[in-house]
Amino acid sequence: MRRNSAFLIAVLGFGFAFFYVPILSMIVYSFNASRLATVWGGFSTKWYGALMSNGQVAEALKLSLEIALISSTCATIMGTMAGITLARFTKFRGRTLFSGLVTAPLIMPDVITGISLLIFFILMAQYVGWPAQRGFTTVTLAHITFSMVYVTTIVQSRMLSADRAIEEAAMDLGARPWQVMRDVTLPVISPAILSGWLLAFTISMDDVVITTFTTGPGTTTLPILIWSKVKLGVTPDINALATLIVLTVGICVIGAGVAMNRAEIRRERDRRMAYRANE
Amino acid sequence: MLARWFHRRGWSDLVIGLPYVWLLIFFLIPFLIVAAMSFATRTPTAPPFGFGGENPAINLTGYSRLFTDALYLRAFVTSLANAAVAMVLCLALGYPMALGLTRVERGWRNILLMLVILPFWTSFLLRVYAWMGLMGSNSWFNHLLTQAWNWLVPQAWALRSLPLMHSNFAVVLVMVYTYLPFMILPLYANLERLDETLDEAAMDLGSRPFAVFRDITLPQSLPGIIAGGMLVFIPAAGELVIPTLVGDASSPMIGRVISDEFASARDWPMASSVAVALLILMVGPMMIYSHFEARAQSRESGT
Amino acid sequence: MSESLVRIEGVSKSFGTFQAVRDVSLEVAKGEIFSLLGGSGCGKTTLLRMLAGFETPTAGRIFIDGADMAAVPPWDRPVHMMFQSYALFPHMSVERNVGYGLKHEAMSSAARQARVREMLDLVQLTEFATRKPHQISGGQRQRVALARALARQPKLLLLDEPLAALDKKLREHTQFELMSIQERTGVTFIVVTHDQEEAMTLSDRIAVMDKGQVKQVGRPDAVYEFPNSRFVANFLGSINTWEAKVMSIADVVTVDVPQLGQRLQARPTSGVQVGQALSLALRPEKITISRTPLQGANVIAGEVKDLAYFGKDSLYRIALPSGALISVHAVNAHRGGDAERLADWYDKVWLDFAPASAILLTE
Repeated sequence: MRRNSAFLIAVLGFGFAFFYVPILSMIVYSFNASRLATVWGGFSTKWYGALMSNGQVAEALKLSLEIALISSTCATIMGTMAGITLARFTKFRGRTLFSGLVTAPLIMPDVITGISLLIFFILMAQYVGWPAQRGFTTVTLAHITFSMVYVTTIVQSRMLSADRAIEEAAMDLGARPWQVMRDVTLPVISPAILSGWLLAFTISMDDVVITTFTTGPGTTTLPILIWSKVKLGVTPDINALATLIVLTVGICVIGAGVAMNRAEIRRERDRRMAYRANE
Repeated sequence: MLARWFHRRGWSDLVIGLPYVWLLIFFLIPFLIVAAMSFATRTPTAPPFGFGGENPAINLTGYSRLFTDALYLRAFVTSLANAAVAMVLCLALGYPMALGLTRVERGWRNILLMLVILPFWTSFLLRVYAWMGLMGSNSWFNHLLTQAWNWLVPQAWALRSLPLMHSNFAVVLVMVYTYLPFMILPLYANLERLDETLDEAAMDLGSRPFAVFRDITLPQSLPGIIAGGMLVFIPAAGELVIPTLVGDASSPMIGRVISDEFASARDWPMASSVAVALLILMVGPMMIYSHFEARAQSRESGT
Repeated sequence: MSESLVRIEGVSKSFGTFQAVRDVSLEVAKGEIFSLLGGSGCGKTTLLRMLAGFETPTAGRIFIDGADMAAVPPWDRPVHMMFQSYALFPHMSVERNVGYGLKHEAMSSAARQARVREMLDLVQLTEFATRKPHQISGGQRQRVALARALARQPKLLLLDEPLAALDKKLREHTQFELMSIQERTGVTFIVVTHDQEEAMTLSDRIAVMDKGQVKQVGRPDAVYEFPNSRFVANFLGSINTWEAKVMSIADVVTVDVPQLGQRLQARPTSGVQVGQALSLALRPEKITISRTPLQGANVIAGEVKDLAYFGKDSLYRIALPSGALISVHAVNAHRGGDAERLADWYDKVWLDFAPASAILLTE
């Protein structure tokens, strides 16, 4: 029996308004002709034009994409390894420390992670001579470090819920452990690896705090560019940039969601047909 | 040779070793440096700290200043209070939303869930920014609120616009906005798993819907409440972006203090002391969380 | 029939285009154990949920103790339910589970405690009072669910597949326990079950349901021995059925059964006419089997094609020259070797049954 109270529906309505009114307002004001970002002065797309002719933004976007691609790929490889380790290798020396190392970055405040990496890089430069300069490399290293643990969490929980019998079946049929991993385990957890990669990519594209600490002169990612502008206040060109970003991400996420929903419906239908065929 | 080593045990050494070494170098060692730094002495050299020599080997000035300098105490109190208020508000708004989501019919539910997750994928910075636009003294939203305020209060208190920006109110509001999905999702996952026949059993035994909620749903959703609470509280307490953009600069939160000590004051040892203290404060709630998590797991495996 | 407690008048329930219950009318007497028996999807659980108040009938009315239940929410009905999954509250002890319904009664806490203790006594669980549901066995959980449902002294107890989750041995024991508790408390039971043996042992009366309709209501023996349709005959126990045509009606009805290639005799049934096509049904245990030729009204000769030995009895499948198969159930009354067996594989055998045992089904 489904009970649906007016109260719950009202709160849901309020909650979704709370989620989306600020974003919608921002989108509307990106078409504002006025220089004053919050006072409506008629419709205009001039801020989008200004944005397009602004080489800084394109430059920062390109840099962010490069860093995100490299760091999320490395983070996915190592994060998957760590996830497999935690789910399957129950006994090795230093396991407790390892599982601590994998959870700690999740709760470590960004400020502390950022500062400790910065101090680390400064001291390394002083005593080892590397990295000579902070920039692309240091930011990428930092991004790999904090995003790999998210991949680990996803992969680990997927592996723990996976049916171990299929791995045992592969072993029973003569596969060595690493072959089991390659032929059975990795294909089974591949959706988790993909979502881990997506998450790592998003986190990298989105990071401000750790990047501000680990970046150097000349390396300005998109969030850093926005950050430096937003600190000065609300401006119409940021509204336009924000609108483009929000719409791009939104369309991608909704597209992915619809595709996943369709796939699920298709699987459900296949299952039912198979079931019927058996009857 | 190499191939044989790889096939026999090399592959597992590699799988364990690579991420292990990486995290040791880029996470543990930097953190240990910070921990050590908290006992160092500030010097006018580059880098600006010193151990031994003419400086004391272990300098506790940083930690003692945490208790004597009002700036730090206030920053800690502000941080914890803001995070706690944000957590409670997220719970107050997120719980009925999560419960409502479990009652919505299947097709709609997937769409609404996606709408909850969607903001999470879009830029965090831009979500904060969106509120800066709304709270500014010239915005339509501020005008609307100001009119409501002037209508409610006596004439003498009437305002031209509400001072929403640069206040703890703004910080909490934006925290609730950005962290609400972290409250809704674990709660939804928890509530969705609850057995609906238990509600029917309670009704059958004479409970009206509210009593069913109080006696059956609420106690069983405690793990979800705790998980959501921690997911909001922990990042909120160490938040840097939100207080920098919409917060009151005269009563900074702890993340801001760490960053300022480090960058503007160039007092690395002090920044490190504050950082270590913040981490210690967070260990408490974390332990409560893992305690409940472990208990929930043992209960699940028990049945 | 004694005074009625539950009256169901023309109740129907549809979910969208699916009709779960179609125009059901039933009466259940006070103090009775009444079973709703049927396969999955026959509407028995929906009917039970309408009695508890979790579903609202699309049409028709339900009266409990004379009161129309249409506007009465589940929490105000004098009806309690024992759920198939037991639905014990996992976060409450056994004691608190049993006492939960009493929270809504105006009674002193001492009286409440006494009542809980009395209930735990009734189901012999006093020593488990402080345990949580996951710390007790399945059979004990079942008894907690029963005690919880009985604690508020309902007029009517609804039991949804009460024994389905128990293993076979425990099920038999629990059946008798349920009956004895019912006798002691005097509460009316309505049991939903798909298990015909369970329904027959437990119930005073059974309603057999199919596709949302009640097919037959009656005492277990009446429904078993005198089914009114092919569905009921097949659903309860196993039965041989053949197409037949009525040849003559006198002291006995003579029917022609083409599948067996011979004529058989049955006791006259009302509403049967000469020339009518109908079904002849025969329970396997009503047939005598012998290795020597038999003399009787309905002797059939055949050969043992299959034989299943169950211990106390055996099931034979007899092939006829026409190719038809007849199932015969016979008690192994004698102990001994092959010589003592009623029949063996490939034996030629003779079967016979009394005309009164044959069931003529027109529906």
